[in-house]
Amino acid sequence: MHIPDGFLDGSVAAAMAVPAVAAVGYGVHRAGRTLDDSKIPLLGVTAAFIFAAQMLNFPVAGGTSGHLMGGALAAVLLGPWLACIVMAVVVAGQAFVFADGGITALGANIFNMGVVGALGVGLTMLLARRILPANRTVFLSVAGAGAWASVMLGALLASAQLGASGTVPFATVLPAMLGVHVLIGIGEAVITVAALSAVLATRPDLIDGAGFGPISTTPLTPAAEVAS
Amino acid sequence: MTRVPMMLFTVLALALAMGLATAVSPYASPQPDGLERVAGDTGFLDEGGLHAVQDDSPIPDYAFPGIEDERLATGVAGFVGTLGIFLVGYGIAWGLRRSRAAEGATAP
Repeated sequence: MHIPDGFLDGSVAAAMAVPAVAAVGYGVHRAGRTLDDSKIPLLGVTAAFIFAAQMLNFPVAGGTSGHLMGGALAAVLLGPWLACIVMAVVVAGQAFVFADGGITALGANIFNMGVVGALGVGLTMLLARRILPANRTVFLSVAGAGAWASVMLGALLASAQLGASGTVPFATVLPAMLGVHVLIGIGEAVITVAALSAVLATRPDLIDGAGFGPISTTPLTPAAEVAS
Repeated sequence: MTRVPMMLFTVLALALAMGLATAVSPYASPQPDGLERVAGDTGFLDEGGLHAVQDDSPIPDYAFPGIEDERLATGVAGFVGTLGIFLVGYGIAWGLRRSRAAEGATAP
């Protein structure tokens, strides 16, 4: 869903840079409080994994492909604000080194593919933690559903930006974007759940629960181990 | 419960990411992604282009320059890119943590 330069009007691109810079900036401001010794390498490998997974386009219906965005995965592993930093590193690297995604559209791309998923899934995990039972199945289901929703929300926002730019009528682009991203979002959910399962199997204590503590309980939290 | 040491976790996760980017990405779907497909279908694909600073991209379109074999060029780009993103991410996190520690150190 990388928007190249030329798709967005200059004012729309500039307007989208504001929330992107704000979210990443707040993440940087907050990072000193949230980064501990294990989160430094975790941030590095999360960025590396998302970059790698974004190269792995999988086929969806009718001669179209999709790939992981990763904002949801980063949010569950690192919390929403560090996830914004991860996504900015990945998307900016793609634009400046690999010519993938525009430079003036960088704010829009960081926002659509990163910030929205990171903060949206962060909020979803917070709500889920309050109203749903805390166990592995619920945790992975919420993360997977959040991953799917983050792709749909990103597609909605990209459509709105394209419509606001006068590039294509919103009413034309929205159903087309949502239609194809319904399927791409399933890929996002599958990869996110698979990656989280691998982390749960090896280092469950690393999972941040989107910044609000792990939502998974008993056998999965370090607190339970201490108690046992 | 036995936990994998953080160093081992990091090495394994990075090896997985680099392995995927190097060995699997050359065989990824070459079809247009969702946005490109919609842009083609609804007639605005041609409005997209590269920014001037991207004309000299080090690794344009995930093809490492100077390698004729397309799959090899993609694999090398994936190897270099994934390692580079890891180092940048690690470096930024280390720097943010360090600057925070320096702030704390000024207190008696």
